[in-house]
Amino acid sequence: MPSFNLNINNNSYSVNVDADTPLLWVLRDHLGLLGTKYGCGIGMCGACTIHFDGNAVRSCLLRISAVGESKITTIEGLSEEGDHPVQQAWLEHDVPQCGYCQAGQIMSAASLLKENPNPSDEDIDLAMNGNICRCGTYVRIKQAIKTASKL
Amino acid sequence: MTKIKTQYNRRSFLKISAAAGGGMLIGFSWFTGCTSDKKIKEQIAIPNEWYEINGFIKIGDTGLVTIYSPNPEIGQNVRTSMPMIVAEELDVDWAHVLVEQAPLNTTIYQNQYAGGSQSIRRGWDALRMAGATGRRMLLEAAAKEWQVAVSDLTVSKGVIKDKNSDRTIGYGEIASKAVGIEIPEEVELKAVKDFKIISTSKKNVDGMKIVTGQPLFGLDFQREGMQLAMIEHPPAFGMKLKDFNETEIKNMPGIKDAFAIDIAVPEPGWFDERGFLQLIAIVGESTWQLMKAKKALKANWEAVGTLESSESHNRQLETALNSTKAEQRRKDGNPEKAFKYAAKVIERTYSCPFIAHNTMEPMNFFAHVKENEVELIGPTQTPQALETSVSKLLDVPIENITVNMTRMGGGFGRRLYVNFGVEAAAISKKTGTPIKLIYTREDDMTQGTYRPSYSSIYKAGLDENNNLIAFSVKGTGLPESPVFPNRFPAGAVEHYLAEDVPGKTNITTGAWRAPRSNFTAAAEQSFLDEVAELAGKDPIDFRLELFERAIKNPVGEKNDYEAERYAGVLKLVREKSKWDQTEPGVSRGVAAYFCHNTYVAEVFDLVMENNEPRIKKVWCAVDCGIVINRDAAINMMQGSVIDGAGHAMYSQLTFSDGTPNEMNFDTYQLMRHAQAPQDIEVFFVENEIAPTGLGEPGLPPAIAALANALYKATGKRYYNQPFMVPQPVVG
Repeated sequence: MPSFNLNINNNSYSVNVDADTPLLWVLRDHLGLLGTKYGCGIGMCGACTIHFDGNAVRSCLLRISAVGESKITTIEGLSEEGDHPVQQAWLEHDVPQCGYCQAGQIMSAASLLKENPNPSDEDIDLAMNGNICRCGTYVRIKQAIKTASKL
Repeated sequence: MTKIKTQYNRRSFLKISAAAGGGMLIGFSWFTGCTSDKKIKEQIAIPNEWYEINGFIKIGDTGLVTIYSPNPEIGQNVRTSMPMIVAEELDVDWAHVLVEQAPLNTTIYQNQYAGGSQSIRRGWDALRMAGATGRRMLLEAAAKEWQVAVSDLTVSKGVIKDKNSDRTIGYGEIASKAVGIEIPEEVELKAVKDFKIISTSKKNVDGMKIVTGQPLFGLDFQREGMQLAMIEHPPAFGMKLKDFNETEIKNMPGIKDAFAIDIAVPEPGWFDERGFLQLIAIVGESTWQLMKAKKALKANWEAVGTLESSESHNRQLETALNSTKAEQRRKDGNPEKAFKYAAKVIERTYSCPFIAHNTMEPMNFFAHVKENEVELIGPTQTPQALETSVSKLLDVPIENITVNMTRMGGGFGRRLYVNFGVEAAAISKKTGTPIKLIYTREDDMTQGTYRPSYSSIYKAGLDENNNLIAFSVKGTGLPESPVFPNRFPAGAVEHYLAEDVPGKTNITTGAWRAPRSNFTAAAEQSFLDEVAELAGKDPIDFRLELFERAIKNPVGEKNDYEAERYAGVLKLVREKSKWDQTEPGVSRGVAAYFCHNTYVAEVFDLVMENNEPRIKKVWCAVDCGIVINRDAAINMMQGSVIDGAGHAMYSQLTFSDGTPNEMNFDTYQLMRHAQAPQDIEVFFVENEIAPTGLGEPGLPPAIAALANALYKATGKRYYNQPFMVPQPVVG
């Protein structure tokens, strides 16, 4: 099995896995980084969203062989103290219900705000449309993103 | 204050076994502070000693309090709201409370399940008593210590004060002595007006862990030496496993074993699997290698039943509704005659497809079957049912099985059914190792346990003054009828008839959030909108007239609702939504429904954007008695509105040759951000009635209020779900 060196949350990791293994399963099965969730495996639900050189991508579709030296950030590395503006806003609005999709929602929202610090409703809809929440917390997510944009 | 018999004796509060603690688990979060853990540490020291006061409460020597949350958490937020009730009666500072998930223990806790929106309703008395009992014991211990009467003491936020002196003592200081106090046979409960925690808004106790990605869910559970497992079930309902390329699979990289399992249990319960009883199990080291092994499977499946299709399902529903062999469930007056003489008669047929639960966390479970001992950990709404089924399957006594509940990434009824936990146990039994079973999304979506497909015909007759004099409903479904014979408008119409025609299918179905109500509310409340229109009446006025009749002069004796509370939510939503004012370009629809003991009325406002309907705003009025956790209750209602509207608009599961056509979120549509309402406002009827649940009741009326608003926006009535033609999804 090939060996891969990874830069995740500013830590270096080395893993031996099949070259076609999606980053999602490397994080979850091999590195014990369980915050990134599995939802669909085909990039349609957003639960596995991570930052790949700062951009929100679906880790279930990202093969480890394609990661190279890129910088990966997962929900565990979004902030040291859990106080990224998006996390703070999520707590302020008490967004989660079951909570399963929220890591992915937060990672998409954080990436959106980095690109566009003052998004309109339409900007939010567009950036977040790939993240499904079966509990239906969409209204609060939108409010939280707006709050985070002011923090 | 209300005095209440505790019905406790010394033996009813057995000590909780160490299984609830975190020691045996690797990096897994079982308990959580009510503020952030960091803040708690700043305020109060971590105790050296903990004292078990009763099965719900443990107090540390520094005054930190652990409250065990008895019921499974599926996102309905009981891990916060149930401990809030205990903390209220215990009289402690919420900031000093830690919440820990109780294990399955039926000697201490009753109703340890998450279903039917019953956790709060059925837990209310027990939780209050647990808190009040603890408070009384701590007071008695302090009274004994100071040689005064309990009536000389007051308590606030966990600090006991002597009325006749300046002495105070904290719960943490007296807890060791409260342990020896006889459990009181009678305790006093607080008056509703004295509540300090209940009816306020407390943040989700797991909020910080969720937003920082801590391991909380079943899928996150890990144990040293644990192997991973996946299953493959038959590709179609009506098919059974014959054999598969076992040797080839076993030789694949990272694969430890592959074998067939049989999960049929003797005398199955409603929660047991009826469809896919023989499955292929693959055990390995990593999820990805297991997924690849699944793709490499070459199995022979044999047809053992009919391979059904959506076309055959639709024909079945139509035939059933035309059948004369309906079973009469309720009849008032003479509906046949009344319809004959009615000035106006209207008849409409409604339908809905099968839908999947699609919890965002796919089914999974951890099992470790040792010799005559079984450990089960994971997401289940019915831990006791799982224990029963595993006991039967493995022939292990119930007392040798432990079940611990993880937080669930959604339930919606799917996790009332225990097949995935039973499968995990069957696999661990075969391998002799701890295993965690994981479903792929496709396994999850194609497994069954769907919301049944339903269809109902509604008929109404108006007299020459446009009064509703006759009403009938005839319902069928695959496999059950959705009719509730004694619900509204039964009791409000002189001539009434409710009939059932059962159906038959080998597609396995089960409870899906607000079972049967999710369809019946949609159909009935859309129909009443059309009847009101035919009568030339405002839809709210029309309903209020009927409730007036049910209040003053009810028809029949067995009517499953309180007409005044029903009318109450309609009046509240009329006021809050300013129903009587219209806004150009905005189309409004209203509906009200009572199910799972809670009354809800909703108004939907729609606008057309690029010829597409967009939900602009929704108003909800709710009567659930006392509201426990206000902001969380609002969240639950907002979610119910989106869930109901989303599924009615976009979701369906169709079949060809027994196989579901939709297997993942590329073809199965769920409501997404851009389709969601822009705003949802929630209002509660304020009263002192014992609380009822909110997991389900907000969903059913959303579908009808949406359909009625869509009619106003498009001029077209929406009889068949999903209302929109499914479109390809861009993720």
